[in-house]
Amino acid sequence: MSDSSDVRSKKDAGGRSPVNDSHVSVSRRAAVGSVVGVFSVGYVGAVSYPIYRYLNTPVERAASAAQVTEVSPPDAAKVKLGASQTFMFGSRPAVLIHHEDGQWSAFDAVCTHLGCTVKYESSKDRIYCACHGGVYNAETGEPEAGPPPRALTRYKVEVKDDEVIVSRV
Amino acid sequence: MTKSSSPASERSTGGKLWEFFDQRLGLSGILDIALHKTVPQHSQSVWYFMGGLTLFFFLVQIVTGTLLLIYYQPGGNAYDSVRRITYDIDFGWLIRSAHSWSANLMVFVLFVHMFSVYFMKAYRRPREFGWWSGLVLMVLTMTFGFSGYLLPMDELSFFATKVGLEIPSKMPLVGPAAASLLRGGPTVGQETVHRFFALHVVILPALFMLFLTFHLFLVQRHGNALPPSEERKPESARRSIRFFPDFLLKDLAMWLIALNVLGLFACLYPWDLGLKADPVASTPVGIHPEWYFMSQFQLLKVLGNWFPGAVGEVIGILMVTISGLVWALVPLFDRSSDNKMMSRVGTWIGILALAGLIALTVWGYAAL
Repeated sequence: MSDSSDVRSKKDAGGRSPVNDSHVSVSRRAAVGSVVGVFSVGYVGAVSYPIYRYLNTPVERAASAAQVTEVSPPDAAKVKLGASQTFMFGSRPAVLIHHEDGQWSAFDAVCTHLGCTVKYESSKDRIYCACHGGVYNAETGEPEAGPPPRALTRYKVEVKDDEVIVSRV
Repeated sequence: MTKSSSPASERSTGGKLWEFFDQRLGLSGILDIALHKTVPQHSQSVWYFMGGLTLFFFLVQIVTGTLLLIYYQPGGNAYDSVRRITYDIDFGWLIRSAHSWSANLMVFVLFVHMFSVYFMKAYRRPREFGWWSGLVLMVLTMTFGFSGYLLPMDELSFFATKVGLEIPSKMPLVGPAAASLLRGGPTVGQETVHRFFALHVVILPALFMLFLTFHLFLVQRHGNALPPSEERKPESARRSIRFFPDFLLKDLAMWLIALNVLGLFACLYPWDLGLKADPVASTPVGIHPEWYFMSQFQLLKVLGNWFPGAVGEVIGILMVTISGLVWALVPLFDRSSDNKMMSRVGTWIGILALAGLIALTVWGYAAL
């Protein structure tokens, strides 16, 4: 710091050619400024990138878990007629419904309104969200009442022997 | 800064905004202090950076410690959670390594700070409370180190804590009860980890902040102390630089160097995680505490061999306690540069303390 003030005071004392001097000092100042700037950005990056990756690890892992395309919910074959079972499809909850007519359907169980987990109500044969009273059709997943703006994501269900396989459409 | 010299008089939006905050928070008073504050400049000025460096490493501890807190689990999962941080979470090894290295570097610069303050006789009137609050901060720092060392619950930390807690248990009367209370049982285990965790992340930081604020307030109140060699000079012969921006920029440059050193150590020598602590396994050969406890460890080891039974430990604890007390009370008898005799006694105590610490530490490592 004292160096720069020394330079300045010398310049002031012997200010013969102010035009040249100011040219030199401006370009030097700009050069120093940009070097400092580049280094600062480098340091901020070098410190914040590892921190970001450190914090983001579970997010990345969950994202790769969500990549699953097929799930066999355990004991799903034991779900009785008119009953349902919730299970995890990757990192999201899902609901598997065994209808009275023997048909199966499966949906993403996250309400399209504000993200609560929905529930199959067998007495009314509907999918209901307790948070704001959203109602979905239990066979198509289409919204029927309340605030939900979109249908629930529907999965494909296949039954092979004793196994129920739920997969993305 | 030239723009803000008369900000209140400007009628621009910025000026009005400044006025609003200034009237309510007294900003111009603070700015005035910052602009008029100076730092003495002399052959020993380099030591003035040590306190700031200690603060820097403490700040690193807060940041990296908070990050570790996100994945660390005290209790039964302690080891596995640290294993996950070290081997599974992206850059977890770096955060943990930086935390461990920064802890060690903090203790190191704290010692340098303490001894430089001591030999510059900065504990003299009116700075006694600066000295005492600094000593409290040192004890807190070492307790931070001791409690943090156990948290990964690997073999080394387990046995080091076991041995460490045997020392208070050797104290007459209250010793055994105090040690059991710290352990949360008769042996070091999950309960101990929970206790040390609470100590490490809540109690110690709260106390540290309190004493740090007091310490920094006193530094601001009394300014940097002059070493005796400068004090002898006439006032006109003394030089000083402005705190803002000159000293602050130098301080920040030091912090940048410290960051580089820390990054280098943390990357080139990543902190190891030993085997999971096994309470039935026998202690591995060459078990020893962190370097900053080595002198006390060696003293107790030597005295324990010289004296029968617990006598050695009790003598050792007494010696450490009395030395600490003398160390704390130095400002009361070495009060001014006028008293040459006491000043010399103070210097000799410092030399003795430093030589003793270094000798015992070296001896400790040589005897492993």
